[in-house]
Amino acid sequence: MRTAFINQLIQEARNNPSIFLIVGDLGFSVVEPFAEEFPDRFLNAGVAEQNMTGIAAGLAIEGYTVFTYSIGNFPTLRCMEQIRYDVCYHNLNVKIVAVGGGYAYGPLGASHHATEELGMLRTIPNLIVCAPGDPIETRAVTSAIIKHTGPCYLRLGKAGEPIVHQNELEIGIGKMLPVIEGKETAILSTGAMLKYTYDYIEDNKLKWGLYSFPFIKPLDLEGLKIIAENYRKIITIEEHQKSSGFGSAILEGYNDLEESKKISKRPEIKRIAIPDQFVSVAGKQEYLRKLYKIKL
Amino acid sequence: MSKKNSEEFAKKIRLKTIEMVYKAKASHVGGALSMVDILAALYSGILKYNPRKPKWNERDRFLLSKGHACTSLYATLALSGFFDVAELDNYAKDGSIFLSHASHKIQGVELSTGSLGHALPVGCGLALAAKRKNEKHRIFILLSDGELDEGSNWEAILFAPKHNLDNLTIIIDYNKIQSLGNVKDVLDLEPLSGKLKAFNWQTIEIDGHNHEQIFNALSTLPKQKGIPTAIIAHTIKGKGVDFMESKLLWHYKSPNDEDFRNAIKQIE
Repeated sequence: MRTAFINQLIQEARNNPSIFLIVGDLGFSVVEPFAEEFPDRFLNAGVAEQNMTGIAAGLAIEGYTVFTYSIGNFPTLRCMEQIRYDVCYHNLNVKIVAVGGGYAYGPLGASHHATEELGMLRTIPNLIVCAPGDPIETRAVTSAIIKHTGPCYLRLGKAGEPIVHQNELEIGIGKMLPVIEGKETAILSTGAMLKYTYDYIEDNKLKWGLYSFPFIKPLDLEGLKIIAENYRKIITIEEHQKSSGFGSAILEGYNDLEESKKISKRPEIKRIAIPDQFVSVAGKQEYLRKLYKIKL
Repeated sequence: MSKKNSEEFAKKIRLKTIEMVYKAKASHVGGALSMVDILAALYSGILKYNPRKPKWNERDRFLLSKGHACTSLYATLALSGFFDVAELDNYAKDGSIFLSHASHKIQGVELSTGSLGHALPVGCGLALAAKRKNEKHRIFILLSDGELDEGSNWEAILFAPKHNLDNLTIIIDYNKIQSLGNVKDVLDLEPLSGKLKAFNWQTIEIDGHNHEQIFNALSTLPKQKGIPTAIIAHTIKGKGVDFMESKLLWHYKSPNDEDFRNAIKQIE
């Protein structure tokens, strides 16, 4: 995903002179092509994420479309107040990019597990929250958030995620993507859970539907309404704490749809997510997902 | 504008500041008064600005990092023509844009501040943008002493000289008192000048109430090409009103009727 992201960013930057990339001293063997091609629009801010985010706000005030880039919790939790107050309160054109979403950096431990940031970030006004599911979604979402003037958060996996979608996509802000049309049960997946979920349905020859949600905020309420009309049961799956994450957002969305009488009855909803715990054992992403039953 | 005019301007800012704090029964008058002479000098001859075109691209950018002291900034902006002085009567009223921490919804306020340690990193971004675009405007940031406790400031202090941001000047309103005590007792900053020098800043120490010294320091920037400047302005919290001067209490207290009358009499 990170390769898909940087390639898309480079492509967009060739036609858009406002794009500026700041890294927090991370991105080895990823960001170099951007730095080489656009030295005037690249900055390594050092291991100083609060300053990095403040600088991004300052550059955005002066008209740049600024991307900040680092691992998991560093460009997000470490500088949450700069995101909230400098970037989002001023509604500035800053895109925060974290690689290593969920347990992507599994063996590196809790410091490198980004498993709470979706919930924290989606409470902040003006901020768009994205977690694409594969490299094709990553390219489409990167392009969409560049077209959108305002703050965005982009959660990426790492390198080498398999492709799920067959063809290149265009996606508008806040839209979900139908992947498999089915009946009775629909899986709603966000971020890098997409491939696992897709394979599970295919391998077990299930008749379930699969919908990828690269946008957690704003949530595709129209899409949720259509899903509710066609399925009795919904399962949400995410590599994030159960509290306040993607599944919570879906519950809120269905509650609001029911309250505003846009659906007559909310479907049965099961949430698969991390059960309010930290990981303190080593383990690859697949191992840690199984450990916390992030599986169907 | 001359030093004499700037001193006259400072007097008007002080009167308006105290009136605003009194009417709104607000806090932070001490820190608002300690920076008045610096604001008066900045807006009466140092900063390039046009109150009729507050977003004019060639303007110098001024950021107040100590957003809690915004009353004297609002007064300065009104008296400089950014908006009608009568609007200051809305300060801290329900539904007003005149928040008790600096608000960018007000003409002339570049950045909302209130949480400390935010303006300097943003200012580094403004300064870097000017460098990358080869624009000649300058960036001035006024910080409190207490907020130098914030690590974010030191990240930015490390950053600016490395990137040769000589279009960036910080002014530290060193009034020696922070929220719960004397700066030297809470988290001593000394040797402050030595610290900034060690971080590769050009550093000047001045009396922050002496207009000649303020003008001299701010008129010859940068002190050295390629290097940002830090001006340590030694000031007195509550400056201009004897019973407020150097008193922690006036970080919080709002003047009662008698305090207000006495304060106005002293300044006039």
